[in-house]
Amino acid sequence: MLRKIAVSTFTALALIAALPVSAADYVIDSKGAHASVKFKISHLGYSWLYGRFNTFSGSFSYDETNPAAAKASVEIDTASVDTNHAERDKHLRSDDFLDVDKFPKAHFVSTGFQDQGGGKGLLTGDLTLHGVTKPISIEVMHIGSGKDPWGGFRSGFSGATKLTLSDFGITKNLGPASTQVEIMLDVEGIQQ
Amino acid sequence: MPVGNSKQSWGTLSIALHWLVALCVFGLFGLGFWMTGLDYYHAWYKQGPDLHKSIGIMLFLLLLFRLAWRLFNGHPDPLPTHTEWEKRLAHAVHLLLYLLLFAIMTSGYFISTADGRAIPVFDWFALPAYPLGIEQQEEIAGTIHWYLALTLMSLVGLHAVGALKHHFIDKDETLKRMFYAQKTN
Repeated sequence: MLRKIAVSTFTALALIAALPVSAADYVIDSKGAHASVKFKISHLGYSWLYGRFNTFSGSFSYDETNPAAAKASVEIDTASVDTNHAERDKHLRSDDFLDVDKFPKAHFVSTGFQDQGGGKGLLTGDLTLHGVTKPISIEVMHIGSGKDPWGGFRSGFSGATKLTLSDFGITKNLGPASTQVEIMLDVEGIQQ
Repeated sequence: MPVGNSKQSWGTLSIALHWLVALCVFGLFGLGFWMTGLDYYHAWYKQGPDLHKSIGIMLFLLLLFRLAWRLFNGHPDPLPTHTEWEKRLAHAVHLLLYLLLFAIMTSGYFISTADGRAIPVFDWFALPAYPLGIEQQEEIAGTIHWYLALTLMSLVGLHAVGALKHHFIDKDETLKRMFYAQKTN
């Protein structure tokens, strides 16, 4: 029995190792929290309210010699919304906004990348939020890449986009200044 | 009209406490239900919850006083005409009403203090948070708060039906005793 488990474990490990992993593949370091999904929205038109999603995971593919082939996908736990105010977060999770019971995940899957040179680019893809899938584009900036001090290789990006809440079926009236939300992404990937 | 309770009659203080608590409970339930559906730009969007919390905490103190008064002052016996099942059911309902009230107030407290914020009570004082550190505590406490409130209101309904049954069907003094303190007997 024990031998059987050992053999099958070994076989499984061998199979995983044999999977084609390109040098351009990265897993977003959400575990080490060198990545964040933040947003800001105007409060009444008088100030910016910042929030973030604490739980998400994702991966991307980026080869500096062939940036046009870049890809990315991210999955976010909508219930992990955090604006540093429990009662507001509770309201944001309710069916007035994110409706996290019905839509516990938000996804982004890239469909293309337009290299603009100098580490800049436009990442297009489909965002599923609040059960609605819409194409969006994210302005991406390559921040840097290289060896980390612990034997790995990392690459990091900054991204920004703007969403109109009603496009995703979130229609609760927050006032004329607060119909759009800006999303700010900072991701560091660990090369696989 | 005597302030204290006797074996036959509720005193004015117990009567006043009963109806004040009833007023608060109905008010808090109505306010809570109404305020959670308000538009962001409604004048009461912020005021409603502030008032709900302040009254809730004052009600907590009021209930403590009410229980202490009942404990030290005693309470009237059930009427001799009350049957055994009536006494038992009434006692169980009264006990549950108190338990539910405290459970609802506790769960409400843990919604508002989930992130460590204190609860301001009017402009008098602030009730500090007791950190439990539960993930999404405000969601769990909120669900408990809502369902216990619904349970409480159903039980209040049963309590009222019981009182009305005594008044209109049995035609006894049960409900009248909760309106005025008797001098005689």
